Amino acid sequence: MKIGVFVCHCGSNIEATVDTATVAKIAQGYPDVVFAEDSMYTCSEPGQENIVQAIKKHGLDGVVVASCSPRMHEPTFRRTVERAGLNRYMFEMANIREHVSWIGRDREANTNKAAELVRLAVEKLRRNAPLYAKQFDITKRVLVIGGGVAGIQAALDAADSGIGVVMVERESTIGGKMAKLDKTFPTVDCSSCVLAPKMVDVAQNPNIVLYAHSEVESISGFVGNFTVKIRKRATYVDWTKCTGCGVCTEKCPEKNVPDTFNEGISNCRAINIPFPQAIPKKATINPDYCRKLKDGKCGVCSKVCTVGAIKYDMVDEIVEEKVGAIIAATGFDLIDWKSITEYGGGAYPDVITSLQYERMMSASGPTAGHIHRPSDHKEPKNIVFIQCVGSRDCSMGRPYCSGFCCMYTAKQAIMTKDHLPDTDAYVFYMDVRAPGKMYDEFTRRAQEEYGVQYIRGRVSAIQPTVRPDGSVGYIVRGADTLLGEQVEIDADMIVLAVGVEGSKGAGNLAEKLRISYDHFGFFMESHVKLRPVETNTAGVYLAGVCQGPKDIPASVAQGSAAAAKVMALFSKPKLENDPQVSMVDIKRCVACGKCIQVCPYQAIEEVEVRGQKKAHVIETVCQGCGVCTATCPQGAIQVAHFTDNQLLAEVNALCQF
Amino acid sequence: MKYAYYPGCSGHGSSIEYEVSTRAVCDALKMDIVEIEDWNCCGSTPAHSISHELSGALAARNLLQAAKTGADCVITPCPSCSSNLKMAHWRMQKPAFKADVDSLLDEPTPANEQGGADLLETYSVLQVILENVGLEKIQSLVVKPLEGVKVVTYYGCLLSRPAHVAKFDDPNNPVSLDKILKALGAEVLPFALKTECCGAAMGIPDVNIPGSLSGRILETAKAVGAEAVVTACPLCHMNLDLRQRQAARVSKNKPFELPVFYFTQLLALAFGLPEEATRFDKLAVNPKPLLDKIAERRDARVMAALNEARKAAGVAS
Amino acid sequence: MNITRLDKARDLSFKRQVEEESGQNLSACYQCGKCTAGCPSAGVYDRQVSQIMRAVQMGLKEEALKNRSLWLCLSCSTCSSRCPNNIDVAAVMETLRSMARREGWVQDRPIETFWKSFLDTVKYTGRSYELGVMAGFMARTLRGWGNVEIAPKALQKNKMPFIPSVIQGREEVARIFQRYADKERS
Repeated sequence: MKIGVFVCHCGSNIEATVDTATVAKIAQGYPDVVFAEDSMYTCSEPGQENIVQAIKKHGLDGVVVASCSPRMHEPTFRRTVERAGLNRYMFEMANIREHVSWIGRDREANTNKAAELVRLAVEKLRRNAPLYAKQFDITKRVLVIGGGVAGIQAALDAADSGIGVVMVERESTIGGKMAKLDKTFPTVDCSSCVLAPKMVDVAQNPNIVLYAHSEVESISGFVGNFTVKIRKRATYVDWTKCTGCGVCTEKCPEKNVPDTFNEGISNCRAINIPFPQAIPKKATINPDYCRKLKDGKCGVCSKVCTVGAIKYDMVDEIVEEKVGAIIAATGFDLIDWKSITEYGGGAYPDVITSLQYERMMSASGPTAGHIHRPSDHKEPKNIVFIQCVGSRDCSMGRPYCSGFCCMYTAKQAIMTKDHLPDTDAYVFYMDVRAPGKMYDEFTRRAQEEYGVQYIRGRVSAIQPTVRPDGSVGYIVRGADTLLGEQVEIDADMIVLAVGVEGSKGAGNLAEKLRISYDHFGFFMESHVKLRPVETNTAGVYLAGVCQGPKDIPASVAQGSAAAAKVMALFSKPKLENDPQVSMVDIKRCVACGKCIQVCPYQAIEEVEVRGQKKAHVIETVCQGCGVCTATCPQGAIQVAHFTDNQLLAEVNALCQF
Repeated sequence: MKYAYYPGCSGHGSSIEYEVSTRAVCDALKMDIVEIEDWNCCGSTPAHSISHELSGALAARNLLQAAKTGADCVITPCPSCSSNLKMAHWRMQKPAFKADVDSLLDEPTPANEQGGADLLETYSVLQVILENVGLEKIQSLVVKPLEGVKVVTYYGCLLSRPAHVAKFDDPNNPVSLDKILKALGAEVLPFALKTECCGAAMGIPDVNIPGSLSGRILETAKAVGAEAVVTACPLCHMNLDLRQRQAARVSKNKPFELPVFYFTQLLALAFGLPEEATRFDKLAVNPKPLLDKIAERRDARVMAALNEARKAAGVAS
Repeated sequence: MNITRLDKARDLSFKRQVEEESGQNLSACYQCGKCTAGCPSAGVYDRQVSQIMRAVQMGLKEEALKNRSLWLCLSCSTCSSRCPNNIDVAAVMETLRSMARREGWVQDRPIETFWKSFLDTVKYTGRSYELGVMAGFMARTLRGWGNVEIAPKALQKNKMPFIPSVIQGREEVARIFQRYADKERS
């Protein structure tokens, strides 16, 4: 075998603390290495061309590149060797940047370590064999999980290109958080006026199948061929008959049901349609409150329903859908602001969240757009907005900036002055973060044109007080760090700009999707800068806040981007599998079945070979995780490209003494 | 569980009623308590304000004395003392600090495997009553419930702070006293100033600081409709009770006339312990009208129950 | 007008020393002001606690140490319990107090005198003795007459014994003070 070794400087990233020329020189002494050199940027076009020429000139049949992590450039170099006529698996990478130059400063020790890692790669490569991918068909439909604005955009773009879309929404209507907003920044235009037409498009597009009030139960399969089980939670209303007339919601006698669409600031009936523009506009019974379902007494809705849609005996239903790609657009929830006890922890009725305030300002909300404080329904004279509630707060375990709160707080302060010109609005902030188009101008307008008083500092505590006239007030004690003084405001109402985190159950869904997620419930993109829409699981894409805090335009853009990724994937007639999968040595296999039990992907089946039972790997399903290899008592299953022999050769290369 | 008991200096002076009622309640709860022999002052705020080592050494001598009792841990009713003893223990887990403290002592503190000081842990009496004895036991001993008397609980700053050392209750909204008072039949009102500082550390040098801070606490307690304030700290108690008139004057309020109890006094009362155990006579703000009111409510409730029973019996016969 | 030339005035070794003695990471402070917001003494401070934190961050030693606020701090730890970055601000204040004493920059003699009067009673008897503390403080500073207001009530309730309680190990306690004083001097 003839092996060529290329040691990369990565500019000064590696060269600064690793003597790459010496590494190349040492590598020339390794078995089968016939050519070794260092190069400035191996991944650059001339760098790759250099490899191609060396393969041709020296008749190489294997290449080692010692450079960075294989995460980014293994695919690059595999294509390079392929261009020169080699099999793409006759290539190995030694990571001498993340594992060497970036973590140590001792040049001599680094150089030695880099040379050792190259030796390891060479020993592995000597035992590599060409591998060939298999081709398989694609189901050209996409599953969109979450019907907020990001999911809606992704679904509409995909459907417009002719792709079938299955949309699953947990709530009984799509629209997500945006549907709850009164206005949007920085134009202060009506949120539902721009969103509602898109929601209608989803309902009317023949390429979109919508499952509302439903959740993803399980996902199996792989890119191009996923099987999704969807739990259609019982609505107790036959939606094929329900016309959304709303008579039942008027007649239902149970009036004390917390209205989740209105963020709990008002009550609704036990049978409900969340809001007038709901899609689908169908009624749903809340079984926790419905008198008929709880005690068997009532049945009013059934009596008044003219089409006979009420079905008290309805149960959850599981449906199965086949798709080739998945877009997760599950959005966000608020950080648990009730654990912040110095702000009352939810105990003070007039301390509300921005989302609750949004419902209060909305003309279709429970107060018909009138701002009054919840405790006594009086118009507030002093409103205090507190930013960074829960976010940018290590003591809450949420160190990140929630991204869009500065903007919606400015919008709400402006709206407050629009609704109630005589009311004073105060905003406690740490920094005003307004980097979008027309954003900073907007926050300046709040201060300059509308006279909103911005105070740079946090609030320590909110303390209720009884004023001399007997009314309840709230002493908001904060700091003005620009003045360098403690300040207090006797407020009537306080609006908390609560930061966002991944939506409830995001971790659970991530497990089903086999994608990574962080401490805060946000899904991990494949590469922070260059693959912000992809995940590490092929065929699964991200859109909207489920990936990290972002505002409406950014969520919409990512929704479109995810749809575009799906279109690119589906534009291929067939997909290729990764040949780094398990193989059964049938001479050794005793058909004990252990591998079948442990395989997380159901990729191993039992077959008969000449009358004997044997394990068999379904190559397109196997993900090459290697659990079966570790479990097999006979050593009969090996993962191609990571066989015991290859791994032990690597260990031996490092532990020679 | 055997407890080494550290009364703290004020227990012998300004908070004698706290000391007496604490001991009586511990006896009633059958807690195995032995006073640390020849204990000294923990140094309180003056010591740690001047030097951590000095404060540590004063605390360490007590913890060494405590070890001689053979107890499992140290308990003290005073949050300032417990805070100092806990802080010394926490700081002395660092070998360098331990060495500094040892150099001030007659005999060095024993070392543990990590090189830190091997000393007993300290807890507040409140914490062990709540966590080791438990609400169930407390409830089982209540013979004279508090009849829904409206109270606010006032914890002061030191009971649960700093959180990483105190390791007890929530530093911003503690609820331990609330739980006990509810178990005794009191109505505990929501109170946002539970941990607002009363200014005790400045009590002697400048009465205006504690005056205005305590004034605000009492004013708010009154505003939310409290009939009494319940506390667990001798320093807080002095500011809210003994200095109550001063606080009213400094904060430009009318006299509050708001009784301020130690939680142990109310435990003793609810357990039906004798007057020698409650020592209400030691309070500066006269609690008698309120105590009478509680007794009246109890009588009324008992009478009503009796009548109800008679009526039921009458119907049956 | 006093303009601080940062390039000259910045003493980062001071910042490191405060960090080391307090065990806190001062760089974590992002100047949100929540410590100042909750400080019960903010109204009497001449420099707010968040400004003191800033001064330490910038390595401005005099600004951090020469102020009355350090001596008016009530050690209530509200600042620490509210800090979003988990900085024990009260521990930083205490460290600065101790450093200011070492530098001879005590800005509020009466309060230090009160501490000393308190500790004197501990030194001589092994325990603190309220009447003694008060008397000692008032005699030394001719201040604290506000306390006279509560004396009648305290005496009536027999809450301030005239005779201090003296422990057997008082000499052992006195030796602690002696060793501390010797160490301070050296």
